[in-house]
Amino acid sequence: MSKHVPKIYGVVGEFSSAEAILEAAKHATEAGYTHAEAYTPFPVEGLAEALNFYRSPVALCTLLAGILGGATGFFMCWYANVISYAWDVGGRPRNSWPAWIPITFELTVLFAALTAAISMLVLNGLPRLHHPIFETPHFTDASRDRFFLCIEAKDPKFTPETATTFLTHQGALAVSEVME
Amino acid sequence: MTTHLVPVFPDEDRRDPVINPHFTYGTSTDKITGVVHQPVSAAWLFGFGISFLGLMLFNFAVTWLLVWGVGVWGIDIPVGWGLAITNFVWWIGIGHAGTFISAFLLLLRQEWRTSINRFAEAMTLFAVACAGMFPLLHLGRPWLFYFVFPYPNTMDLWPQFRSPLIWDVFAVSTYFTVSLVFWYVGLIPDLATLRDQKNRSLLSRKVYGFLALGWRGASRHWHRYHKAYLLLAGLAAPLVVSVHSVVGMDFSGGIVPGWHSTIFPPYFVAGAIYSGFAMVVALAVPMRAIYGLHGMITNKHLDNCAKLMLVTGLIVCYGYYTETFQGWYSGSPYEIGMMHDRWFGPYWPAWWLIIFCNCVVPQFFWSYRVRRSPWLLFVLANFIQLGMWLERFVIVCQSLHHDYLPSKWAMYYPTIWDWATLAGTIGLFFTLFFLFCRYLPVIAVAEIRELVHKKASAEGTAAAVRRTGMAPPWNDPQREVNAHE
Repeated sequence: MSKHVPKIYGVVGEFSSAEAILEAAKHATEAGYTHAEAYTPFPVEGLAEALNFYRSPVALCTLLAGILGGATGFFMCWYANVISYAWDVGGRPRNSWPAWIPITFELTVLFAALTAAISMLVLNGLPRLHHPIFETPHFTDASRDRFFLCIEAKDPKFTPETATTFLTHQGALAVSEVME
Repeated sequence: MTTHLVPVFPDEDRRDPVINPHFTYGTSTDKITGVVHQPVSAAWLFGFGISFLGLMLFNFAVTWLLVWGVGVWGIDIPVGWGLAITNFVWWIGIGHAGTFISAFLLLLRQEWRTSINRFAEAMTLFAVACAGMFPLLHLGRPWLFYFVFPYPNTMDLWPQFRSPLIWDVFAVSTYFTVSLVFWYVGLIPDLATLRDQKNRSLLSRKVYGFLALGWRGASRHWHRYHKAYLLLAGLAAPLVVSVHSVVGMDFSGGIVPGWHSTIFPPYFVAGAIYSGFAMVVALAVPMRAIYGLHGMITNKHLDNCAKLMLVTGLIVCYGYYTETFQGWYSGSPYEIGMMHDRWFGPYWPAWWLIIFCNCVVPQFFWSYRVRRSPWLLFVLANFIQLGMWLERFVIVCQSLHHDYLPSKWAMYYPTIWDWATLAGTIGLFFTLFFLFCRYLPVIAVAEIRELVHKKASAEGTAAAVRRTGMAPPWNDPQREVNAHE
């Protein structure tokens, strides 16, 4: 196959409101589309769920990183003061754990916060500066006041004709085919 | 036009909106992004020029300090901390309101947070950057600052993990990092908005596009984004309380009369939020006047900020009361002597000015009309800034100048280099802030669009849309025309 033959990425419908795209997304799932994605200028409540996306491991990653951070902070202080550089100050306990709580806490927050941000980006596949969806006409309005629903070509039920008909039926203002 | 174009908000919102009800997704976006890359105005140039001169003064003062050492400052024994630590505590306190707004108010679902969180977070970052400079410069040999970090070294030494000063290193650096990450994550969708605007130059679209990391607003992305943003807010919220608590422990960990008290952490946190909101008001009032953002930063925002200043101001006053009471109740001649010196000693003007600025001035905020008068609020907020700076000055310098040994008592006079460094960080702060106003959206655009949507659909127009199949009124071209009129 010649690499110059453009492959279709999907069919994209343009909508003018959050309500309209939410309805369209629900109908797409009901119609049996499994590879559909909506693009919106702000998070629309329930939209990801309408497209059968419920859970992401961001919170779990954050929790684990927080635990790791706390353990790191505490272990560092403990190791320094009990093992590596033990120093007897008037017979006071070396394992003076209350004094290490602030650092334990700070490292918990630091690890967890960095992981929350990074895991969000990594799971989203970002940074990725180019994506076929950007070729959609008027897609620049997806960060302003337009809402787009893309039925992707990798969907088993996908044909350009049925997807176009489906999106037109949902009341899309414009429907276009987008190349890979 | 049809009847359902009449706005549409619940009664309270209509009387006292958090956002002008005429805004649509498009117009609100254009309004905010219109500020970015606006042709340079005389006001901006003037403000930036003054601030930049301040920054140059800072460079000069720091160079002088590095050449001659900390002796150019007025510090000596007994007052070894001087203006450097005063400024550190003051600046880092200012930052707290930004985190309070972005984290606490998000978790509490306060809608009025949306218009002010972005620039308040920027304020936090710049204030912490200014704050962080002082302890480093105060080290005497700032080029050895990395000794405070636990790194493998040939001396086989560790930092003193039991010391509040080392806790401070961790607290402040974590605070800065988390604030930066929070701010940047919030910026990503807005950078994508700037990238997508056709009226910008190719270069600026490329730069914004690069910084937006290829954000495309996919629903799955928003889902994870929303989760991460809430988690960041949940993680930043305890930082609001912890950072200034640790700064407070720097003092209460010392045995100096006037420092050695358990009141410090909560009292410092309240003071931090107090001065931070004063800074938010001091920035918001001129900014919305210059850029015409009255539709988004409404009087309701100022009103709420003033109420928070009133609450935190009363807590701070209670802190003064408790400090004084405990000084007397301790029965210790040193504590009583220190408190007597604070009220009637050589630094008495500072103390009574604090009482005026921090305890008397906020009483004006009981008045509805004061809370709704932007420029009066601006003036009062600056009094509070002054009061909070003086409070830190008195805690740091007056306590130290009058400790246990009468033979050690001595006066502390800041030198011109102390003042130049303080003025210089103010210049640095405003230089960064003016650049921020020019190159980044000062209000969170995507969040404003979400607010517009929430406000409009609160009316239940969604049902009407589904019934009639018409475009909802907040996205109707006719209403955009009305909004421009």
